[in-house]
Amino acid sequence: MTVMEQRGAYYRPTPPPAWQPRTDPAPLLPDARPYRVLGTDAAAEVDPALLRRLYAELVRGRRYNAQATALTKQGRLAVYPSTTGQEACEVAAALVLEERDWLFPSYRDTLAAVARGLDPVQALTLLRGDWHTGYDPHEHRVAPLCTPLATQLPHAVGLAHAARLKGDDVVALALVGDGGTSEGDFHEAMNFAAVWQAPVVFLVQNNGFAISVPLAKQTAAPSLAHKAVGYGMPGRLVDGNDAAAVHEVLGDAVAHARAGNGPTLVEAVTYRIDAHTNADDATRYRGDSEVDTWRAHDPIALLEHELTERGLIDADGIQAARDAAEAMAADLRERMNQDPQLDPMDLFAHVYAEPTPQLREQRALLRAELEAEAEAHAEGTGR
Amino acid sequence: MTTVALKPATMAQALTRALRDAMADDPAVHVMGEDVGTLGGVFRVTDGLAKEFGEDRCTDTPLAEAGILGTAVGMAMYGLRPVVEMQFDAFAYPAFEQLISHVARMRNRTRGAMPLPITIRVPYGGGIGGVEHHSDSSEAYYMATPGLHVVTPATVADAYGLLRASIASDDPVVFLEPKRLYWSKDSWNPEEPQAVQPIGRAVVRRTGRSATLITYGPSVPVCLEAAEAAQAEGWDLEVVDLRSLVPFDDDTVAASVRRTGRAVVVHESGGYGGPGGEIAARVTERCFHHLEAPVLRVAGFDIPYPPPMLERHHLPGVDRILDAVGRLQWEAES
Repeated sequence: MTVMEQRGAYYRPTPPPAWQPRTDPAPLLPDARPYRVLGTDAAAEVDPALLRRLYAELVRGRRYNAQATALTKQGRLAVYPSTTGQEACEVAAALVLEERDWLFPSYRDTLAAVARGLDPVQALTLLRGDWHTGYDPHEHRVAPLCTPLATQLPHAVGLAHAARLKGDDVVALALVGDGGTSEGDFHEAMNFAAVWQAPVVFLVQNNGFAISVPLAKQTAAPSLAHKAVGYGMPGRLVDGNDAAAVHEVLGDAVAHARAGNGPTLVEAVTYRIDAHTNADDATRYRGDSEVDTWRAHDPIALLEHELTERGLIDADGIQAARDAAEAMAADLRERMNQDPQLDPMDLFAHVYAEPTPQLREQRALLRAELEAEAEAHAEGTGR
Repeated sequence: MTTVALKPATMAQALTRALRDAMADDPAVHVMGEDVGTLGGVFRVTDGLAKEFGEDRCTDTPLAEAGILGTAVGMAMYGLRPVVEMQFDAFAYPAFEQLISHVARMRNRTRGAMPLPITIRVPYGGGIGGVEHHSDSSEAYYMATPGLHVVTPATVADAYGLLRASIASDDPVVFLEPKRLYWSKDSWNPEEPQAVQPIGRAVVRRTGRSATLITYGPSVPVCLEAAEAAQAEGWDLEVVDLRSLVPFDDDTVAASVRRTGRAVVVHESGGYGGPGGEIAARVTERCFHHLEAPVLRVAGFDIPYPPPMLERHHLPGVDRILDAVGRLQWEAES
């Protein structure tokens, strides 16, 4: 009997089951245009108290960015990556979370950490250079600021997954930039999150540039939010300078995760008004006119316009927000102008739970060096 | 006189037993990796764990090593104690960034507030006829990364005892499993509780007075065989099994070399930039006035791991070890 004669035994008139479409992608697709609230009919639905709260936080955030940048010029910070222009994303990401939830910031997101309640001096420790993380992550449930791009995203997935396994009602919100979406860890985190249906929200702040490289050289995707579809999670596209819109979209995504429906990828379209850091020269890769276009779409101006147009804030209210921001800046300035007290012996204290014999030897070496230094200093000063 | 007959067990079975006991003792212990669930792992080390503890405790993950280790970091941040399986030595490389930038540093970064008690199991080394990317000795990469412990068993009992200690450790441990010893057998009583071995202590596997062979993992049985063969030459060789590359047990190693006055370091890993250079330096620094000859190394060649039909020429064998012992300047004695 030939194979052809056997055909009836295995020939399938219908395709094998694996050929059937598995998930309908339509509900996962983002809107064609970034979702907006301010200046639209949807704004009337937003609680005025929330709008005023967002406004106060944006004003404070803008002042924080300016103060931190100034501190680099005074030598008090080694470097500062600013989020001027991105305050709506930073603030909304912090405000949509409950206390028991977790925030996973990148190195640029000190403002989100501060908006979540972290002391700005602690948030800036990494950038001042006195330690790598200046806070206990468990205290405000803010993971350490993460410098290697997108590597914090799988951490957020794992933490959210662990909380779910333990039966805890905890959502993790992770921040990443447009450049970070090209990293392998971005892809792996999205995939794990969707497969595990982990209660996690990814916020991509698409600020236009990865240092100098524009988005067009970063991706050929229809939008960064569209990447969600490939992983089987919803993608949302939002105006990242519209604080009310970002708050609503992130809030929905957090509620979606909390209800056990799994992760969401949110792309917030925004713009980095300042250079990458104080050490960067943005004039080498972008023109003033582009920056001016975005200045006209400023997150604080948009919200202030909404509030004043609708009589939800008056001149006193605006002044009060500015005064509070000034007080924060003055306090930050004063405390950052004090030299941190450092103990070089700390270098060996936390490498392991217990120092290895080799580290104990090296610690003794450093201690002897420090004692000799102190002795020489004492002799030199005649004491 | 023992009343329960000792049964032969393989190293793989001892590892399985260690995982099962750890999972039974501590609900925070989670096993995760590629094919570790339904299949029980490609070497069957996780056999039966998913069935016994459920798929939430022994999880088949997507096929992505950085994602596996990266999510394990997050799980450890939340108080779990993940045991990650990397399927093969060379398949662990995609996870290097998570390992080096986060796993090894998180405790230090957070001044002790966020330790990561993660065990990363890595089958390593050659000798099983594996095709490319299945036989690497990657221990030097891990040794060079502060914040990691690096542990490797050479016996069935140590496989159990060191894996239990690694999982119990509050620091991350890279647990290197010598592939070619997975099926090595030893007699033990499976009904009795097995001993947990402390991390950081070397052990003298064979006492001798002529010279010390310093070795670990897959090369330990080779060195023991060489020591037996050396008797015919009139050499009485001591064999030190390091068991832990980080922390390094300087005391046990130096005490042995001071007794014998000669030392050869033996490992499969390449010699240049390999563990042997560090070990030889440490021995020389501590035992200089006791040494009758330079510390020699018998290592894999400094070549990409060979194809399986040629690997026997690469791996340190009894003859190459004995040749090195023969070069330890015995003339001075006569």
